[in-house]
Amino acid sequence: MELATGIGYVDWSRLQFAVTAMFHFIFVPLTLGLAFIVAIMETIYVKTGDEYWKMVTKFWMKLFAINFVVGISTGLIMEFQFGTNWSNYSWLVGDIFGAPLAVEGIVAFFLEATFFAVMFFGWDKVRQGTHLFATWMVAIGSNLSALWILIANGWMQYPVGSHFNPDTARNEMLNFWEILFSPVAITKFLHTVASGYVVAALFVVGISAWYLLKKRDVQFAKRSMAIGAAFGLMMSIFLAMSGDESGYEIAQKQPMKLAAMEGLYDGERQAGVVALGMLTPGKRPGDDRDPFLFDIHIPYALSFMGYRDVNAFVPGINDLVYGNSTEGIESASTLIERGKTAQSALASYKQAQDNGDFVAAARYRALVEQNAPYIGYGYLENPTDIVPPVALTFYSFRVMVGLGVFFIALFAGIFFFLRRGTIEDKPWFLRLCVFSIPLGFIAAQAGWLVAEIGRQPWAIQDLLPVQAAATSIGAGAVQITFWLFVLLFIIFFIAGLRVMLQQIVIGPQGGK
Amino acid sequence: MFGSFEHLTLQQYWWIILSLLAGLLVFMMFVQGGQTLLRTLARDEEEKGLMINSLGRKWELGFTTLVLFGGAFFAAFPLFYATSFGGAYFVWMAILYCFVLQAVSYEFRRKPGNLLGAGTYETFLLINGSIGVILIGTAVGTLFSGAAFSLNEYNLSQWQNDLRGLEAAFNLFNVSLGLAVFFLGRMLGAMYFMNNIDHQGIRERGRKSVLINTILFLPFFLIFAVWLLLRDGYAYDPLSGVVFLESYKYLKNFLAMPVVLVMFLAGVLLVLYSVFITVFKKSLSGIWFGGPGAVLVVMSLFLNLGLNNTAFYPSYYDLQSSLTIVNSSASHYTLTVMSYVSLVVPVVLGYIILAWRAMDRKKITAEEISQNKEAY
Repeated sequence: MELATGIGYVDWSRLQFAVTAMFHFIFVPLTLGLAFIVAIMETIYVKTGDEYWKMVTKFWMKLFAINFVVGISTGLIMEFQFGTNWSNYSWLVGDIFGAPLAVEGIVAFFLEATFFAVMFFGWDKVRQGTHLFATWMVAIGSNLSALWILIANGWMQYPVGSHFNPDTARNEMLNFWEILFSPVAITKFLHTVASGYVVAALFVVGISAWYLLKKRDVQFAKRSMAIGAAFGLMMSIFLAMSGDESGYEIAQKQPMKLAAMEGLYDGERQAGVVALGMLTPGKRPGDDRDPFLFDIHIPYALSFMGYRDVNAFVPGINDLVYGNSTEGIESASTLIERGKTAQSALASYKQAQDNGDFVAAARYRALVEQNAPYIGYGYLENPTDIVPPVALTFYSFRVMVGLGVFFIALFAGIFFFLRRGTIEDKPWFLRLCVFSIPLGFIAAQAGWLVAEIGRQPWAIQDLLPVQAAATSIGAGAVQITFWLFVLLFIIFFIAGLRVMLQQIVIGPQGGK
Repeated sequence: MFGSFEHLTLQQYWWIILSLLAGLLVFMMFVQGGQTLLRTLARDEEEKGLMINSLGRKWELGFTTLVLFGGAFFAAFPLFYATSFGGAYFVWMAILYCFVLQAVSYEFRRKPGNLLGAGTYETFLLINGSIGVILIGTAVGTLFSGAAFSLNEYNLSQWQNDLRGLEAAFNLFNVSLGLAVFFLGRMLGAMYFMNNIDHQGIRERGRKSVLINTILFLPFFLIFAVWLLLRDGYAYDPLSGVVFLESYKYLKNFLAMPVVLVMFLAGVLLVLYSVFITVFKKSLSGIWFGGPGAVLVVMSLFLNLGLNNTAFYPSYYDLQSSLTIVNSSASHYTLTVMSYVSLVVPVVLGYIILAWRAMDRKKITAEEISQNKEAY
């Protein structure tokens, strides 16, 4: 299969997609979580009839809206970028990948869009119960859209329920339910929305802490904080649990990602997790340098996390690149060979069909099908091409986990001080809460870096590397659109941040 | 149920859904049209505020329809998604920039600390409503007039023009469609304002605006429609899949599919009727005829384009690379799954209508906007 594979335009397209996705994901987690927090607040208002809760609800709803609009704008860009910059991808896996996107549009986006208007402008136009219903629909709609896009992403990480069809030379869906209920997709969904809930909870407690520091809107801030902390504590614990489940799934389905996350070059039994460590710069697969300048291991933990068995063998980068016959791991060169076999058999299959030689065609078809699970390897040149950027994956993972642990402690602390009624006397702690707002966003971004950088070079695990997925286009064209997006994002970011800060300063009572 | 249908039946079913979505998308472009009328119809800030708030409660629906239109194309006809978006790169990117501006503009325009000032956000709305709409219409024009791409034996596409889609803007046929959609959006926008805002001045100026924009709309629409009926079209042989040029193809399609022709004529009549009652009968209900009329016209054009063995995305560079609903579609299985999902669509339409009615039972007034802290 001949494809134009230059370096420039592929990397520019990757950069453009990465920047768009990362920018998009500044706004999405807050939307996911804040939607529920607002819905909970409005429910309390409707249950108690206390006008104060209505004010609390309306204030957070306003911040929700400012954030929401940037989220949907950038979401539109993401959807179309699959076509504009990843056109080979769109054709080669569109039969599978397009479906969740379309379902997302039908069942999720319209819920959000329709009830968003009711939620914001319907206070005096619809009945109280209808309004509450609309708010919940926005929350459910936005979380449903996360479900569908993460099912799509889960399939990219672990392509189940599909096969390579030699007649159309593309991947096609075989079983929708398998894709929908893929364990990778489900854990990814749970982990991602939970991260959104934690980001939103940090946002709410952080801003509330600021009011307490300023000694204004005290009652409002405490009420908000209680909701935020309860929601946050629950969700950060759940986040840790779903993270553990994610680790297990990665070990089973993407062993190379796990090896990169841990900087594990030579696989071992009773493998430990690196609690803290610094990678040796310039370390390459196959060389005999120590992977770490220093490291502190938690013994057995990696084997247990990955396989639920302390004696399990965890393959390292070298095992996956060069093979390990004792553990029954094939080398990357073998897989590359199989990928190339699949690709050349596909060409021969077409040729034989054109020539009307159906006996030969059947033989080649069998050969394609036999090697199709590795067809993506056929685009690779060197066995080490399957190794993702180790340092970025390794450090991002540690940032994410470290912050996650910190968040649990923080929410527990807030709870403790709120119950003792002493939180206002702890300015250092309130400042810590304010300071933690950006940390939530950093943790969420770091998590995505692990997920997406850690699976390089694959756009679709084992089936399609990024260089074969990209639109064949001049690097210059992508550079133009890239810089325009960067400009736009900077403007949106600064404007959004300023608008939000202004609203916070104005406060829930409109500046009183 | 769907699983037992022929692949072709499912392809046709999905083409009909996409045609409907295209129609609804153009209907919803009354929001874009309205955005271009802000400076024309409003005499002061208060009136402008009324108009922006009136549109601000509807823009999400059009935006979402656009997203769904993209998603449905991706799922049902992925080869089009791959070929057109990746190929006509600059046009689609330009459209994206125009639409990305929309959401933030409503939300940020009046908020303190918005960095750029209200005027800039109003300009963004103008760009979205003018350039954005004209470009979409122009890009859709290429579905009839063709584009410069080729596919290799594995269906991977190459664009054969360095302008990457912008070349479509140098074709009068495409641009006529773009401008027709633009002025149609303005007609519908003015009718919507008249219906939705309880304000004498806006209603009177709206009426005049409907008339003027209709006069501007007609020549471009006629150029497009007459040209379309007279031009050669891209047909394919259903047995061999070979694509060839056929004279009067689109006219013949109308004659071969009388239902589609009736839809087209009924749509045109509804739009004209909406203008008539707005301008001469001083009616405020024009939008309820003009909107559905637009849906019917656009839907019938799309049906004409994709059915009856017509290539819906022709390549004038390499005729045999042209896309049809057969050679560009998803697998039978995927279309089956998606068809089950499509059964949800009436439910979605149902709650949209209910929410719309609940929100618009009381017309927007100046008092409401001044009292409402959430107002845009």
